[in-house]
Amino acid sequence: MHAPISTNHAPVLDLDIRRKWVGRGAARRLVLDGVRLQVAAGEIVALVGPSGCGKTTLLRIAGGLDMRFEGTIRWAGGTNAGIGTVFQEPRLLPWRTVRENLVLVRPPDPAEADALLRTLGIPELAGAYPPALSGGQARRVAIARAFAIRPSLVLLDEPFVSLDAATAAASREVLLAAWRERRCAAVLVTHDMAEAEALADRVVTLSSGPARVVGETAVSSPRRYFRVSR
Amino acid sequence: MLGLVLLWEGAGRLAESRLLPPASTVIAFLAREAASGALAVNLGATLFRVACAFAVAMLLGSLLGLAMGAWRRLDLMLDAAVTALLAAPALVVLVLIYVWFGLSDASAIAAVALTKLPNTAITVREGTRALDRNLAEMARSYRVGRWATLRHVVLPQLGPYLFAAARSGLALIWKIVLVAELLGRNDGVGFQIQVYFQLFDITGILAYTLAFILVVQTLEWTVLQPLERRANRWR
Repeated sequence: MHAPISTNHAPVLDLDIRRKWVGRGAARRLVLDGVRLQVAAGEIVALVGPSGCGKTTLLRIAGGLDMRFEGTIRWAGGTNAGIGTVFQEPRLLPWRTVRENLVLVRPPDPAEADALLRTLGIPELAGAYPPALSGGQARRVAIARAFAIRPSLVLLDEPFVSLDAATAAASREVLLAAWRERRCAAVLVTHDMAEAEALADRVVTLSSGPARVVGETAVSSPRRYFRVSR
Repeated sequence: MLGLVLLWEGAGRLAESRLLPPASTVIAFLAREAASGALAVNLGATLFRVACAFAVAMLLGSLLGLAMGAWRRLDLMLDAAVTALLAAPALVVLVLIYVWFGLSDASAIAAVALTKLPNTAITVREGTRALDRNLAEMARSYRVGRWATLRHVVLPQLGPYLFAAARSGLALIWKIVLVAELLGRNDGVGFQIQVYFQLFDITGILAYTLAFILVVQTLEWTVLQPLERRANRWR
């Protein structure tokens, strides 16, 4: 097991998974084996690894959505109350407008929701319903929702997957714009090493079947390119 | 609708029979009943029973359906009973409740609600099973409270199922209420129809039936359809 790279800040997430199993009976299998992850305040950590290796499972544990694992987890403040999650699918409520989707998670401040939508470059969509949005717009709204709660930690599960290159690049830009306003910690799951190096301070590489940390690299000049290109 | 009334009027005039009075005769009868106050009394009594039975069946049926959809074990325990109740003839339920609990409004309302309840429960159970787990997880991850999750995440997904249950419920309940009144009440549209049946007065029967269909249709147009449009405006 790799020891986490030390930081000078108190971690907002200190996760030590000894083992994580999924399934029952004959289908039971070990998904995570000895994964340690610490994330400091304001730090962006990218998790990379092959598809199906357990990155999403790790993120669900980090967000407190799955507590059935052997090990320990500690969040700054003692609870997972300050975590904003961006799921692989935007998971917006289609019967609520974009603004109402944001206000639902942080009531009752529509003005703040509108300011966040401006940061993300979609102020004109505040009154739109999600079924009318494009894939890229819906992802931006999902990112806005995560930042709307003034998070100490944002978890992003392949937020730009299945977007075309130009839309993904634009989405990365607005993600960074929102992050610069909040300066919270973030964990970004991706299978795109270029994206990981462009956005993160640190890249943690996982193996598959079961997932173990096989490499951990600090990025020397993170986010030096505002516009990320592949 | 107007064409149907005109057809009825023409057929009635051609037949010249007490068995098929023209629309104008029935409407004139209805006007006399309205003027005497009998229509309001009987319609009011029936509407009261329909409203109570509808509210009880929708509320308890929805809660039961939600619980059965959410908890598999409860569903397995109650499924046979709910299916049996669904299959039980409304007439049998009415007669048994009247015999066991007496001829009263409470018995009539309970019997009618019991007849509709399993249908609502099964419809809402299917809706609960179809709830999007991803949205529930999203709400949990953002610590949206239980009440807010129910109101903003769960109920909008159940909307189409609730409207389907409400619409079929309204249509079913008012018919069963008439039978309940015919069997064991001394006022209401069902009671009046029974009286006119004994007198072989087809005009009276058609007049009260028409009045009640108009009331139910008005409810559909002024309450149910606007509510449904409002709930579905995002589509």
